[in-house]
Amino acid sequence: MTNESTSPHATAGLGEDDGTAPEFNVFGGDWSDVAEEATRLGEQRLVFNMGPQHPATHGVLRIMLEVEGETVTECRAGIGYLHTGIEKNMEFRTWTQGVTFCTRMDYVASMFNEAVYCMGTETLLGITDDIPERANVLRVLMMELTRIGSHLVAVGTGGNELGATTVMTTAFIGREETFKVIEHITGLRTNNAYIRPGGVAIDAPEDSVEMIRAMIPKVKQRLDELALLQLENPIFKSRLKGVAKLDLAACMALGVTGPILRSAGLPYDLRKSEPYAGYETYDFQVPTSTDGDAYSRVVLRLEECYESLKIIEQCVDRLEQSEGQPIMVADKKIAWPAQLSIGSDGQGNSFEHIRHIMGESMEALIHHFKLVTEGFPVPAGQAFAAVENPKGLLGCHVVSDGGTRPWRAHFRDPGFNNLQALSMLTQGGQVADVVVAIASIDMVLGGVDR
Amino acid sequence: MSPAKDKGKKAKADGAAVAASSRTSTDAAEGSDAELAPVVPEGRTLINVREGQFGARGDTSGYDGLTRFVYMPDAAERPYGSWFDQVVDALEELLGDKAGAAIEAVIVDHDELTLRVAREHLLEVCSHLRDDQDLRFEMCLGVNGVHYPADVGRELHAAYPMQSVTHNRRLRIEVTAPDDDPHIPSITSIYPMNNWHERETWDFFGIIFDGHPSLSRIEMPDDWVGHPQRKDYPLGGIPVEYKGAEIPAPDERRQYR
Repeated sequence: MTNESTSPHATAGLGEDDGTAPEFNVFGGDWSDVAEEATRLGEQRLVFNMGPQHPATHGVLRIMLEVEGETVTECRAGIGYLHTGIEKNMEFRTWTQGVTFCTRMDYVASMFNEAVYCMGTETLLGITDDIPERANVLRVLMMELTRIGSHLVAVGTGGNELGATTVMTTAFIGREETFKVIEHITGLRTNNAYIRPGGVAIDAPEDSVEMIRAMIPKVKQRLDELALLQLENPIFKSRLKGVAKLDLAACMALGVTGPILRSAGLPYDLRKSEPYAGYETYDFQVPTSTDGDAYSRVVLRLEECYESLKIIEQCVDRLEQSEGQPIMVADKKIAWPAQLSIGSDGQGNSFEHIRHIMGESMEALIHHFKLVTEGFPVPAGQAFAAVENPKGLLGCHVVSDGGTRPWRAHFRDPGFNNLQALSMLTQGGQVADVVVAIASIDMVLGGVDR
Repeated sequence: MSPAKDKGKKAKADGAAVAASSRTSTDAAEGSDAELAPVVPEGRTLINVREGQFGARGDTSGYDGLTRFVYMPDAAERPYGSWFDQVVDALEELLGDKAGAAIEAVIVDHDELTLRVAREHLLEVCSHLRDDQDLRFEMCLGVNGVHYPADVGRELHAAYPMQSVTHNRRLRIEVTAPDDDPHIPSITSIYPMNNWHERETWDFFGIIFDGHPSLSRIEMPDDWVGHPQRKDYPLGGIPVEYKGAEIPAPDERRQYR
């Protein structure tokens, strides 16, 4: 024991007295008390954990910080606290059931998980070009609504972590508007399992067009409010400008994608560079900046939300034009047989379909049963699909052994990759800026740990 | 239809080759296993041997003796189509007389290019992929392990998706290692972003990436035993009683395959 202490906050560690630096184990307590205690003990260098249960870590992230006074000298992220084995579980379910699992990975941007997995599966099935146009429009609509929701969470929680609760409440009110539309169409606010291999689970109800049109100005209003509230605010600017900087060379070395890469000046967006689901036919911009700091990332996220609203407007027009068109591939050996409808108590099977399989056609019942329990076989092979998730490049590597279940499904979550940059973003900066850096990475631990 | 797509279709048809025997379910004991030892034709990748309709246990379908050998899509022949020839040419030129040993196979499937690279040459291939102006694959999108117990002698596969931002191309590098020598060189010296991805693949598959700065578990606890994504690692779970009946854990259930 090198140091005796009676404080509940800073106690001497169990290190041997071998002349090296003394250790203190700190458990909870108020930071000012801890700092005071450390000052009293005459020690400037502290190693401590931030998290795994910390409100600013966007889930259960453990950050190991070594600080000298208020300066971070070393920072390491420890993950795995939210590892749920989704990828392993998917190997034991049919290809369609996999959607229900993977949507729960990055739960703030769940539609993207579904979309990328389905795109990989469709590549293996060779039906990418057979996806009906209306299904693609609905996919784009859902992805863009989710993108707005995810960016609003990023901006809102980022503000909240700096003490600006109004930023969070405003952002969450805006996100709620997108959820209302998502719930109206899919039956669920989040973790929708809406996008399925071959198309989408259910068509948009007739009144959804009006509903989306009414939603757009409401979300715009919240975005305006957020911009007005934050972007010229001197406190906000002094907390974010020039903080958590990452230049383009570092981004490329660390494989960082998404708003962080675009804030460093590279307009890399898969929706433009490798369009999928018909993104090449939509008119939208990819906002970029060259500042490469936390402030520019907030600006980019807000700008991307406006661009997403532009895409949503175009989706609405297309939904109107394609009313009544199919939303699933024509191949009945792949298309989910159940025709879903939204009942008063949520999502369920349509009575017409139940009547057909239970009362009219034995073959339809057999077909339904086989496809739902056994699933469809997917030819042996492997495929890699990628989409532009709000956080960056979300990839999915699917492998089939020719069976009705994935042999392997692996997700390259952008948060997992981008979190590697945390050390570079924080080292040499202030302890308080660690929170800003985490918020500007905007990873979701559900996606990081899977 | 592009030539690449034609090849994909052909490979799929081959992959579905079925070998059936007329065994009944009662004599499906180990005695008759010898006659059904997997036949791996030269140059093909056997990834699974599937028996019966339901997987491992309790097959009541009458198809218990049905044995199917599943192969990965075969190596492609020139011309590969699209930009694939250009990339393979550039890589072969850079590798010189090592090209034959380094690139074991070129597979084109679903318009995706896969290069099967020998692990001894992985680092050299990667540095060419990153640095050469005609290749410029600046980003490696991680590494994904896949475990194929049936692919004897190279059970562990590591797939690296490579992204070229400059040329807007993506290809896959696939490296294999046997179960009893699970070593693959780490490419973190060339692609630093692969640090965590390699740790994850070590964690889940037990592939040891030689030269990695700190190859420790990342998702599972540090003292965890085993590598959960391997096929010989059970899914786990406990049987659940529901209305008097016992529902087995998901990986113990009878399943259609």
